[in-house]
Amino acid sequence: MGSLFRSEEMTLCQLFLQSEAAYACVSELGELGLVQFRDLNPDVNAFQRKFVNEVRRCDEMERKLRYLEKEIRRDGIPMLEIPGECPEAPQPREMIDLEATFEKLENELREVNQNAEALKRNYLELTELKHILRKTQVFFDEHEGGANTTESMTRALISDDPNRHIGHVQLGLRDKQESLEFLPCFVAGVILRERIPAFERMLWRACRGNVFLRQAEIDTPLEDPSSSDQVYKSVFIIFFQGDQLKTRVKKICEGFRATLYPCPEAPADRREMAMGVMTRIEDLNTVLGQTQDHRHRVLVAAAKNIKNWFVKVRKIKAIYHTLNLFNLDVTQKCLIAECWVPALDLETIQLALRRGTERSGSSVPPILNRMETLEDPPTYNRTNKFTSAFQNLIYAYGVATYREVNPAPYTIITFPFLFAVMFGDLGHGALMAVFGFWMCYKEKPLQAKKIDSEIWNIFFGGRYIILLMGLFSMYTGLIYNDIFSKSLNIFGSSWRNNYNESTLASNKLLQLNPDSEDYVQTPYPFGIDPVWQLAEANKIIFMNAYKMKISIIIGVFHMLFGVCMSLWNHLYFKRRISVYVEFIPQILFLTLLFFYMVLLMFIKWTTYGSTPPYYGSDDPEIVKTSAYCAPSILITFINMMLFKHDPNTRPVCDDTMYAGQMGIQKFFVILALLCVPVMLFGKPYFIMKEQKQRARQGHQPVEGAAENGTAGGAAAPAAHHHDEDITEVFIHQGIHTIEYVLGSVSHTASYLRLWALSLAHAQLAEVAWNMLLRKGLMSTDYQGGIFLYIVFAGWAAISVSILVLMEGLSAFLHTLRLHWVEFQSKFYQGEGYLFQPFSFEVILDSAGQTEE
Amino acid sequence: MGASFIPITVFTVLWGIVGIVCPFFAPKGPNRGIIQVVLMLTAATCWLFWLCAYMAQMNPLIGPRLNNETLIWMANTWGNKMGK
Repeated sequence: MGSLFRSEEMTLCQLFLQSEAAYACVSELGELGLVQFRDLNPDVNAFQRKFVNEVRRCDEMERKLRYLEKEIRRDGIPMLEIPGECPEAPQPREMIDLEATFEKLENELREVNQNAEALKRNYLELTELKHILRKTQVFFDEHEGGANTTESMTRALISDDPNRHIGHVQLGLRDKQESLEFLPCFVAGVILRERIPAFERMLWRACRGNVFLRQAEIDTPLEDPSSSDQVYKSVFIIFFQGDQLKTRVKKICEGFRATLYPCPEAPADRREMAMGVMTRIEDLNTVLGQTQDHRHRVLVAAAKNIKNWFVKVRKIKAIYHTLNLFNLDVTQKCLIAECWVPALDLETIQLALRRGTERSGSSVPPILNRMETLEDPPTYNRTNKFTSAFQNLIYAYGVATYREVNPAPYTIITFPFLFAVMFGDLGHGALMAVFGFWMCYKEKPLQAKKIDSEIWNIFFGGRYIILLMGLFSMYTGLIYNDIFSKSLNIFGSSWRNNYNESTLASNKLLQLNPDSEDYVQTPYPFGIDPVWQLAEANKIIFMNAYKMKISIIIGVFHMLFGVCMSLWNHLYFKRRISVYVEFIPQILFLTLLFFYMVLLMFIKWTTYGSTPPYYGSDDPEIVKTSAYCAPSILITFINMMLFKHDPNTRPVCDDTMYAGQMGIQKFFVILALLCVPVMLFGKPYFIMKEQKQRARQGHQPVEGAAENGTAGGAAAPAAHHHDEDITEVFIHQGIHTIEYVLGSVSHTASYLRLWALSLAHAQLAEVAWNMLLRKGLMSTDYQGGIFLYIVFAGWAAISVSILVLMEGLSAFLHTLRLHWVEFQSKFYQGEGYLFQPFSFEVILDSAGQTEE
Repeated sequence: MGASFIPITVFTVLWGIVGIVCPFFAPKGPNRGIIQVVLMLTAATCWLFWLCAYMAQMNPLIGPRLNNETLIWMANTWGNKMGK
């Protein structure tokens, strides 16, 4: 239990597996997902390992499956999800069956595809021919009919004597004799439509205008058999004279990938050919349909199983990859593995191993040995769906050092809280909470949908953070009394108007006086008084004073909490000296200076104010505790640090906030400053002393490594830290001290971002209200209704996109910084490495993602 | 000193119950520790935040500076009718 507070205790184990049982055992461990195997042959390259062949076979199977999947996708056949449980990793002998199945399927599919392609090509040719015959018919008809129109040279040439040449022209083939008589011959073909202009130009240039091109578009698109795209084509017919031109024209046609078709001369021949083509097309259609049907049947059958097969193959591959990490025993009888295991789970792992042995039918049980090691174990925090998002926020900064305090459990609340301090608005918080709640409520269906968008996945992964951030923002919004920049008056304001009508009539702006009947003398019970929202003139002055103070108060508490965490680390790792020379001076320094400042704020809140029965009294005793005498905390604090004593400029008032303040402050500052050398020299001093002592006693290997600072659980690695150079220790400690001392100042100031962001958020919300919605609400009549309708849309869009999304993002980032830098720097090292167990679940997940 | 007994008690007891009493009744199981931390921190942060808002207003040093129209509206709706 409680592994989130500290990472799990890990042990290094040695595992002896019988060769026959190894596969089954590893498969069981993969289902369990609690064991991280170490590579025992790091110098052996991937091709020289024992199970290369198996891995290669798996790769081949995977390739075939991917091919199948691609074909299934192309036909748009739905792939069945695996119902219920994932299939277990199959036995090694099943691998052969699987291989055979895939081989057969692939071959079948390839054959079908080849046939289909050949048929389609055939079909395309025939359709093109059909179109050519049809279109050229038109050209020839024109020639015969309108023979005497002389529009162009070429035209005239062709139509010169139609009756004579028609008999001789035949599909571009003709003998020399005829060419001598300048009888035009022609070629007909089909070309891609977009190539026509270039084709025409080329023909014109290459043949110097001695050819005549006619073209007609084919209306219906044709299917390209190789890519199965729909393409538009055109029929063309070129008339020319002479062999030279013929070769040239043919070359050009070839170059433009035009397909040429024989086209008979005589109309009767053409008609006959067209008839033949039509019947052949019909025949082809039936054959094609049958081929498609067959292909579809094969794919549908495969689609039922493909996901299942993928899982199986990936599991086999993962097992062999793991087995490759193992060492072979000298006798070749058993495999040796080394693995990191959570100490608490040894029992379950033993059970899984026993199951594996039973399944493989081997009689020798596997042996799991604990090993002693000097290495740092991996960090493993058991998380659930709720805590994992927060744990990831921490891991994004750095993985915790083995067994150090994990900030994640505290982050669950402090993160949304600090966010909400900056984002405090009941309305915006509610929007965010509703969105977060919806994602949590619809968790299962949304997860099953597997939406691919990266932004969505970020939101969905952080759904619990969003929900909590929304809820806390609603609370802080209630306290700030801000709902879309308006206030709620639930308990009744504590402020009253006591001005009479004539005063009100003659003054535009009037200030209520807290030291009078205007203020009922007890504050609004929950949150900020709604009257401040109405006080446009000095609302910001009041809110700034309030928000700046709470930022510092929250910040100092947060940092003190962080320093206290370091105490748990010191105690756990048995660094007793660090408690005295690091933790105590650190907490003293922070408390004496900054927590004292927080106390001053509380003193100021309680001490200075109105004195109910004696409103506006001049009695010096009463004036001393009135608002008139209230000192500035900042000035007081600065003076305290400088040991300066400013005489109060207001003669009636006291110089100090309480009796003996000067003395106490001086004492605090001196004590805090004395903490610095302790932090700086304390640890190096003790280390030096210890080294001397050991030098005197001679080396003793297993002594109090505890004094030194590294892991108490694993005492051994501390051994070499003993001998590290003392100057290095000094430098290290110096850096840490400077970082801490300067850090406390700058980190305290850094918490003022809570104030800045919340001010910005409130102001932006107010601007959005005043500039947009207010204008809409002030309009009257039915046009006003329409206007409000439009304005509301604009206001809502700005509220969601800028105030919730953008401001939310910026507040999120600032919160992240406050946690990573201001909070975690006090105790968190983050120098560990993550426990990555061998788990089928993880492997299948990542394989599924890369595939998409 | 501006403080009123009822709200301070009510909210302190409320958050006290959440932060001190509830953790004892957190469900047993592997997540008990987390639930306790969550409850305690929620109570602590929320109470502190409420307390700061309350104390900052206990003894106001300045009063709100309001428009005369707002003041008339206040007088009419929040009671305390204005004199002549």
